[in-house]
Amino acid sequence: MNSKLYGKLIFEFSHPGRKAYSLPKNDFGRHEFPESMKRRNDAELPECDELTVVRHYTNHSGNNFGVDNGFYPLGSCTMKYNPIIDEEIAALPAFSNLHPMQPEQTVQGALEVEYNLQQALSTITGMDDFTLNPYAGAHGELTGLMIIRSYHESRGDIKRKKVIVPDSAHGTNPASAAVCGLEVVEVKSTADGLVDVDHLKPLLGDDIAAIMLTNPNTLGLFEKDIPEIANLIHSCGGLLYYDGANLNPLLGISRPGDMGFDVVHLNLHKTFSTPHGGGGPGSGPVGVKEHLREFLPKPHVVKDGNRFTVESPCCCRKSDGYCFKNNRISTYLGNFLVNLRAYAYILSLGKENIKNVGPLATLNANYIKESLRNDYELPIDLVCKHEFVFNGLKDKSTGVTTMDVAKRLLDYGFHAPTIYFPLLFSEAMMIEPTETESKDSIDQFIEVMRVIAKEARETPQLLKDAPVNTPIGRVDDVLAAKQSILVYKDDK
Amino acid sequence: MTYKYFPHTEEDIREMLAKVGVNSIEDLFSEIPEAIRFRGDYELPEAKSELELRNFFQKIGDKNQQFTCFAGAGVYDHYTPSAVPNIVSRSEYLTSYTPYQAEISQGTLHYIFEFQSMMTHLTGMDISNASMYDGSTATAEAMLMAFNASSKADTVLYSSTLDPKTIAVLKTYAHFHGVKLVSLDSENGVTSKNDLKQKITQEKVSGVIVQQPNFFGIIEDYSDFADICHENKALFVMNSVAADLALLKTPGEWGADVAVGDVQSLGLPMAFGGPYAGYMCSTSKLMRKLPGRIVGETKDQRGQRAYVLTLQAREQHIRRQKATSNICSNQSLVTLFATIYLSIMGKEGLKEAAQLGYDAAHYLCDEFTKTGKAKLVFNQPFFNEFLVRVENRDAFYDKAITQGILPGVKVVKTCC
Amino acid sequence: MAKVIEGLYYSESHEYVRVEGDCAYIGITDYAQHALGNVVYVDMPEVDDEFEIEEGFGAVESVKAASDLNAPVSGKVLEVNEALEDEPELLNKDAFANWIIKVELTDKSQLEKLMDSKAYEAFCAQ
Repeated sequence: MNSKLYGKLIFEFSHPGRKAYSLPKNDFGRHEFPESMKRRNDAELPECDELTVVRHYTNHSGNNFGVDNGFYPLGSCTMKYNPIIDEEIAALPAFSNLHPMQPEQTVQGALEVEYNLQQALSTITGMDDFTLNPYAGAHGELTGLMIIRSYHESRGDIKRKKVIVPDSAHGTNPASAAVCGLEVVEVKSTADGLVDVDHLKPLLGDDIAAIMLTNPNTLGLFEKDIPEIANLIHSCGGLLYYDGANLNPLLGISRPGDMGFDVVHLNLHKTFSTPHGGGGPGSGPVGVKEHLREFLPKPHVVKDGNRFTVESPCCCRKSDGYCFKNNRISTYLGNFLVNLRAYAYILSLGKENIKNVGPLATLNANYIKESLRNDYELPIDLVCKHEFVFNGLKDKSTGVTTMDVAKRLLDYGFHAPTIYFPLLFSEAMMIEPTETESKDSIDQFIEVMRVIAKEARETPQLLKDAPVNTPIGRVDDVLAAKQSILVYKDDK
Repeated sequence: MTYKYFPHTEEDIREMLAKVGVNSIEDLFSEIPEAIRFRGDYELPEAKSELELRNFFQKIGDKNQQFTCFAGAGVYDHYTPSAVPNIVSRSEYLTSYTPYQAEISQGTLHYIFEFQSMMTHLTGMDISNASMYDGSTATAEAMLMAFNASSKADTVLYSSTLDPKTIAVLKTYAHFHGVKLVSLDSENGVTSKNDLKQKITQEKVSGVIVQQPNFFGIIEDYSDFADICHENKALFVMNSVAADLALLKTPGEWGADVAVGDVQSLGLPMAFGGPYAGYMCSTSKLMRKLPGRIVGETKDQRGQRAYVLTLQAREQHIRRQKATSNICSNQSLVTLFATIYLSIMGKEGLKEAAQLGYDAAHYLCDEFTKTGKAKLVFNQPFFNEFLVRVENRDAFYDKAITQGILPGVKVVKTCC
Repeated sequence: MAKVIEGLYYSESHEYVRVEGDCAYIGITDYAQHALGNVVYVDMPEVDDEFEIEEGFGAVESVKAASDLNAPVSGKVLEVNEALEDEPELLNKDAFANWIIKVELTDKSQLEKLMDSKAYEAFCAQ
């Protein structure tokens, strides 16, 4: 961390007349820009020399914390190591320098990558085909739900407008359903944190479009009743949607396609190790079973003999102006360079290593859970998968909250777990170590978590004041929301 | 089980299993019904060493062809200053998560705040979010924003001079969300103002979407459009290529309520279609209707200026099905790229690059049409790309390809 | 323990109604402001807006939560509490003193379906 250099915005280094760019000489002759179409004032962009710009962003990188800096036990985010070789491959001009509307015969390599990744994800999940177009997990959810609605509506089954979502689900599930024009029906969890099948049954009917499930769920528990749930949903004519946020522990263990899911979305930035990039770009491919293939969004890559080609839009000219075969959710073929990285990761691991991802991720999570159960409250005492949830410190008398523990962890050089989610527990703390963490780094984390529990008992104020070793202290969220300063304004 | 990304030794595994109190890793999965256990092998090749992987992708890359690029249609082969990709590749940026823990994410939060500021300066709008997936989905989000801002008006109008790919995305989102999407006619390559006047009174319109420069590269005159929209309580949405705004009359100056577009033009690699990022700006009045992440300024406990994700009550993790959008990320690293690009180019450089593109396109158009083998389709002012009808187009195109030149994008009438 | 005031009508979504003749003041209860935490924004309707019982008429936002305002009774907006625009935290200071809207009641019989202070206190205790 670089607290000395903390602080300024690039605008505050600006001096009129300085420049950091050089452009080729303009020998095309001056062509007058139509006056009435010109902006009145120049855009207030900074004017800096190159070194100033380079230093500013280099120094600010020191105020960030990435997987390469330290352990990142962020539940449901699967912060595994992002292999550096994948960055090298994504930077190859042979991929990064392609215009998306080049003729097919000039991008056979790129299409091969897309097609082969579609195939690889299919075998890993037990599905029949994939689209790589969705840009992120939530975008994949929306795409998957659109495919489900396309299926029902194309069969004339138009009253299926409800989607069942567990109360433990990620917020994106109900939000995606709403954007897709579906109504959300919540299904409760049992005391053990699993979908309550008895509560599910009366919800079923001919108005159900689908159920959205994360398996393992957000508590890190495997929904072992999934075969029965699949039966129930299919019997009422609905489809099963798999939220792939938590696929990691199932690599080598179980496939959503075999569990009865009709549609899945994956997060390549989680399970398939593409970097999170401070919040994106990710990639959220969607896989389907054969009966839904025709509704995959376009463009879609297919193989025709030895050639790879992009399916063209359908020209059926439907009377109401909408054709389900022409679903389109992206400008081109998604976040191609992210997909490329994921493909490189899969090939790097190969079939023999990829199946060890789930077992090792699960071992790591259970090891942490068992090591800390005397200091932190374990609300559901079951074998977990890739992650688990503590409900804050075991000793609640200290007044130290999950937020305080999270902030103190930052002082010790660890990222915080996911906190206050899922909503089932008031002091939730969701921990996911991933398979790429060594026992050494995990042991250090365990040790620090114990020290923090001790500090909570002995010197609670220390935790209330945390973090102290970071470039800034706790921020005032209320002030931010109230004053709503969202843009830099030059006071001069 | 050891592999270069799996650090577990046999001894580690033994010790960890003992702590967990089970005999084998297999015991950790005993609740999974056997019928849905996967016992086979994935249909994948065997592991590749790093060297094999590098060679493999170089070989696949060789199956692609790189061109001298005259193609545009939404994606532009701009020059990228060397410093930009170099800084963006720093792992503190690359391997970090969404900046929820503000105390160790000021790097990300600062550049997003700078990005928001730069986008408002470019568009002439009041506020900006932290970016959307791409230009077409940002446009779709603007459509939903207009639709949801009004409880009564169910129709959104869009100009037929929009990029057909954007239109296809709009149609998809509109169909499933229940938006009635109606196209506005064009005359001689520009949006028909008369058609707008007619349709906005015929339908219950909540928003009107136009593109500047439009799909044909034409700079349209949108005088009166905002007034017509506002008189009818509709939001005026303008989609623009980010870099072109260095010279163009801004969406803010045209009276737009929402400005959207793609930032690919800000030096980003064409990357066969992504990742790019969409920008989305609006008036302050619409602050709580704007989807996506937003970074705001605040203070920390020590009294220092600091940045933090704010106005989160609009978002899915709090509002769930009532959120302004389901989006739960931004194209953060891409916005870092765009922000550094804009810092390097600066106030003068961005203008100069845009003028260079303008002059080069007009020079090319003059020379091309002079040959008599190409004819401008529309007699309208254009920015840095233009639509021509070319004699023996396909033969011309194919010949250019064989000579390493991507001569443009073939425009076909879309059917659906 | 959250404050509850006698003589008001209460809804299950934690709005209160204070009746004055044919008009009523509607706001959120002390219990609601406690649950929300620091209020940073109140989304209010415009004067003359009309809404039906249980229809949404706005929202109250804190940093970590947002709660929609549902009309406990049907009515037409006569006044909105403009002070909340600049100082939304007034709801935290005293939720009962700082009403959100004043409405003209369309159907006074709807009041009978709401809870009195005792019933509401019991409801909150659940």
